[in-house]
Amino acid sequence: MALLSKKDANLILDPLADNNPITIQVLGICSALAITAELKASIVMAVSVLFVMGVGNVVISLLRNLIPGKIRIIAQLVVVAALVIMVDQVLKAFAYELSKTLSVFIGLIITNCIIMGRFEAFALANGPWRSFLDGIGNAAGYGLILVIVGFFRELLGSGTLLGYKVLGDSVAKTGLYSLGYENNGFMIIPPAALIVIGIIIWIQRSRNRVLIEEA
Amino acid sequence: MIEHLELFFKSIFIDNMIFAVFLGMCSYLAVSKKVATAVGLGAAVIFVLAVTVPLNWLLDKYILQAGALSWMGPEYVDYDLSFLSYILFIATIATMVQLVEIVIEKFSPALYNSLGIFLPLIAVNCAILGGSLFMQARDIPNLGLALNYGISSGIGWFLAILAIAAIREKIRYSKVPAPLRGLGIAFIITGLMGIGFQSFGGMLTGDNEPPDEPATVTAEAKEDKEKSNKKDLGEKDKTISYNEVEVLNK
Repeated sequence: MALLSKKDANLILDPLADNNPITIQVLGICSALAITAELKASIVMAVSVLFVMGVGNVVISLLRNLIPGKIRIIAQLVVVAALVIMVDQVLKAFAYELSKTLSVFIGLIITNCIIMGRFEAFALANGPWRSFLDGIGNAAGYGLILVIVGFFRELLGSGTLLGYKVLGDSVAKTGLYSLGYENNGFMIIPPAALIVIGIIIWIQRSRNRVLIEEA
Repeated sequence: MIEHLELFFKSIFIDNMIFAVFLGMCSYLAVSKKVATAVGLGAAVIFVLAVTVPLNWLLDKYILQAGALSWMGPEYVDYDLSFLSYILFIATIATMVQLVEIVIEKFSPALYNSLGIFLPLIAVNCAILGGSLFMQARDIPNLGLALNYGISSGIGWFLAILAIAAIREKIRYSKVPAPLRGLGIAFIITGLMGIGFQSFGGMLTGDNEPPDEPATVTAEAKEDKEKSNKKDLGEKDKTISYNEVEVLNK
């Protein structure tokens, strides 16, 4: 990490675990959970948010002295919306099927609280380079949770990963299925995502007791 | 009429904003520690959805859709501005929220005091933008249905936040494992409630049956009754919260 000072490196590493946007800051849950039934959709969502947050934080940070305080929310929304339109158009051009699966959830990145949250809390008060690192770090922490949830939901729910049948064929009864293993259909339905995240929070807070909330 | 009823119950129970598509989760988790505040935010969400969804429907119909500009003259028929919908929708929402805030402050200070702090939050509540985007994605055919969709999905959100707030108030007296306390258990409860709401999925499967099928009618009537009961409860809570807020202000 010769490129980054220790303080800068922490900007990226902190949100990955002890200050994770989803499990600790409770931001950005909104638009993401419904699409984690498949690992592929989760990864695409994570990458889209990474792009929007990285670029958005830099733009807001560069504009921070020009935006009047009173209308900053609208200014921020316009910046995010423009970036999200770019992501949406690229997806429609190069991965049309996937953009159908994600449907309105790409658009909902605009109101993803984590983006507005980082703009407000960080980009408005810091220079572009540090804001960039902060954006990348938080988006990565967000993406990490998405990918973990997507991994378990697809593996346990459909027995596949990125579409590959890693556990064998459930119809032809090969691999694990020949032993009588069945897919857990429960993991496919949307509420399972909430329970998986609940369990992630449980594990994380048992490992790091500082994070436990007061009763 | 029947399509209005169908959309109404569908958006409240089957496509519930929280339990089926997880929209507005951030404020749902952050503001659900007390019933009184939850009711305030829920009411604000219903209100803003009821205003923005029909407005965005008009924008979509007359500006954004492919061929929507044909009212300006035949040379505009080929334009398709739908890629602009995100930016236009969010601008409408942010402006409307600001406008609604000013109007309420002027004409109903009591309501303003109970909603006040939540209104600016709502501009970035995913449920609001989600309402407009789903309205667009599902091709809601006319303005009346769009208004209905806005109100009923708002009510669905309201019910969800009211329920979780009530549960979280009670759960303080239970012995939750320490690492699950607060956020963790809220996630799991929401998940369980979501599974419960999945059972409403079979409520409106009357597409292939004649509309006067007695079973569906009674089921709907029953829902209607339950609904009105719930609404009464909700309203009662609301009045209580307003009173409390007023007391607090004094």
